[in-house]
Amino acid sequence: MTREEAPGHREIAVVAFAQTDHRRTSDELSEVEMLMPVLHQVLDRTGLNTSDIGFTCSGSSDYLAGRAFSFTLALDGVGAWPPISESHVEMDGAWALYEAWTKLLTGDADTALVYSYGKSSPGSVRDVLTRQLDPYYVAPLWPDSVALAALQAQALIDRGETDEPALAQVAARNRADAAANSHAQLTGCVPQGEYVVRPLRTGDCPPVGDGAAAVILAAGERARQLCARPAWIRGIDHRIEAHGLGVRDLTDSPSARLAAERAGAFQRPVDTAELHAPFTAQEMILRKALRLGDSVTVNPSGGALAANPMMAAGLIRIGEAAARIHRGESDRALAHATSGPCLQQNLVAVLEGDPR
Amino acid sequence: MSKESVAVTGIGQTKHVAARRDVSIAGLVREAARRALEDAALTWADIDAVVIGKAPDFFEGVMMPELYLADALGAVGKPMLRVHTAGSVGGSTALVAANLVAARVHRTVLTLAYEKQSESNAMWGLSLPIPFQQPLLAGAGGFFAPHIRAYMRRSGAPDTVGSLVAYKDRRNALKNPYAHLHEHDITLEKVQSSPMLWDPIRYSETCPSSDGACAMVLTDRAGAARSPRPPAWMLGGAMRSEPTLFAGKDFVSPQAGKDCAADVYRQAGVADPRRDIDAVEMYVPFSWYEPMWLENLGFAEQGEGWKLTESGVTELDGDLPVNMSGGVLSTNPIGASGMIRFAEAALQVRGQAGEHQVDGARRVLGHAYGGGSQFFSMWLVGDRPPTS
Repeated sequence: MTREEAPGHREIAVVAFAQTDHRRTSDELSEVEMLMPVLHQVLDRTGLNTSDIGFTCSGSSDYLAGRAFSFTLALDGVGAWPPISESHVEMDGAWALYEAWTKLLTGDADTALVYSYGKSSPGSVRDVLTRQLDPYYVAPLWPDSVALAALQAQALIDRGETDEPALAQVAARNRADAAANSHAQLTGCVPQGEYVVRPLRTGDCPPVGDGAAAVILAAGERARQLCARPAWIRGIDHRIEAHGLGVRDLTDSPSARLAAERAGAFQRPVDTAELHAPFTAQEMILRKALRLGDSVTVNPSGGALAANPMMAAGLIRIGEAAARIHRGESDRALAHATSGPCLQQNLVAVLEGDPR
Repeated sequence: MSKESVAVTGIGQTKHVAARRDVSIAGLVREAARRALEDAALTWADIDAVVIGKAPDFFEGVMMPELYLADALGAVGKPMLRVHTAGSVGGSTALVAANLVAARVHRTVLTLAYEKQSESNAMWGLSLPIPFQQPLLAGAGGFFAPHIRAYMRRSGAPDTVGSLVAYKDRRNALKNPYAHLHEHDITLEKVQSSPMLWDPIRYSETCPSSDGACAMVLTDRAGAARSPRPPAWMLGGAMRSEPTLFAGKDFVSPQAGKDCAADVYRQAGVADPRRDIDAVEMYVPFSWYEPMWLENLGFAEQGEGWKLTESGVTELDGDLPVNMSGGVLSTNPIGASGMIRFAEAALQVRGQAGEHQVDGARRVLGHAYGGGSQFFSMWLVGDRPPTS
């Protein structure tokens, strides 16, 4: 039984966000070298040092790094001396932020540093992601991430909910908006291109690239000291669905809807939504599941269609939504992160700024 | 607002063995989870969230396996978190789950850790070649042997102490039906004459490779009140990390381990661990780590830990029993090893440890570490709820 009342009674906010310029390759940089400038930026924005941080939590994947315990190298870069209170999830950084949020709720810490990073360039990420699938019955067939997303897009088309021109419009809108985002990888007028896997064309797919992001959380008064307009986390929740694609309705996202409900997203309308939708059809599915009307500004950053660094793209959605609140461009925003094939796992956070 | 108290009301583990060829990874984790639910007299529907941990994904060759395990663990429609903090992960996973209860995000959480080492080869999983970086060619033993040698030189401990630890732990394992190694014909002479692997670590002083899973049900005060069996109460829990390598790092007694223990003792109101704690289940993958951690955790002065081992204090019937379950030296499903330590501590204060029960164990420490002696997670559990 889950509690019906809001958990905890501590106000926690995103007070700073930083990200890399996301690129197709970063051959000249190790993961630590890619991450370090972002850590410095996010700390500089609050004036904090590593030693001021109460809890540190990160998200990354050994499979992308190609080595076991890859996160230990990043920790060396953070400078965990004297020893720090620290944890790591083998998930997108959005879930690292969730763990940090629970830590702050307990009152054990007042500030948290959350970071995540991923380099897709060293390998073929389409093939790497097949290793996420059921190792006995599905992974041996090597169905890649684009093929699975194409199944999902085709299901949506078959249901009469979209068509290829509509998908192309999603791609064009995201990349046009990304033109104002200096960190984005794929911006402006990008041709839809040839089919990669029908019905998805190049333009329907995210760019493959490398990147990192970091966020600082703070509780209560500490948040107000560190940020002129903190982005308060009014609710955050995540849910997972069955792994077998055959038992899921791929045209819907019940886990995203449930997470949004638990996060309080439906209590009042949001003005902005940052959706982690790597493929065009997924944005449509999420808009429907999250009940986002035409009045909501969706993915002003350009979303994952403009930059999709694995393990960081979800955290970046929270960071982008928070940054808009910091800048006064949003009062109530929804941020979403996803993991697994065809939106299997989804996280929703609702962020608000103090009334102006 | 104070934190919610956290109780352990269900514990389940598999019989740890070298290879569970009869079950899939999903079958293995489900077995432990079901046993934990049965122990707590709960069903899948009673669980609000699942927190799972394991060591590197390369150990089975499945990337982010929690996605595939969602169905087997009854997590569909629920939150599922995947923790990975190297060897300490089993302990860290339990602490992340405990925080969900302590923060009042959820009331009842299933936490589980596993490794199915037979699916792959951990040695090679640790040894993937990385350009421009020193390879870890000799596995974990090669990494830790020099630090053991440093301890021996620093403390002046006699060469035999390591074999005493191994002999004790392997005999304790005979009393634990879930332990991997059941060496009925073990003798001290056999331990001392086993082949030298990484000087000074002999074959019988190292951990095995195991397939196994361990699960716990964590719940709040209301949940504990409904528990059919006595709960274990979390009195303190902490994690600490430090860098792998840096000038001045003390590999023998890392600062992060000391700080982590101090934080746990502060939370639990422990002034003198040697006096206030009844037993310890600690992460000892190589025999000599028992005296090393006894010092690091404050049970002995620096350089004195081996004397506790040598004088029998850490035996099952000693004054401070250590690794009653047989420890990591007898059972090592890597990702689960930390959680087994935490679960054994809880079993002891619940009085449910069977043949390896320590009489009157009321406060027991569970300890895990990982990486290059750099990640630590610990909890202290008691037979009564915290007073504050």
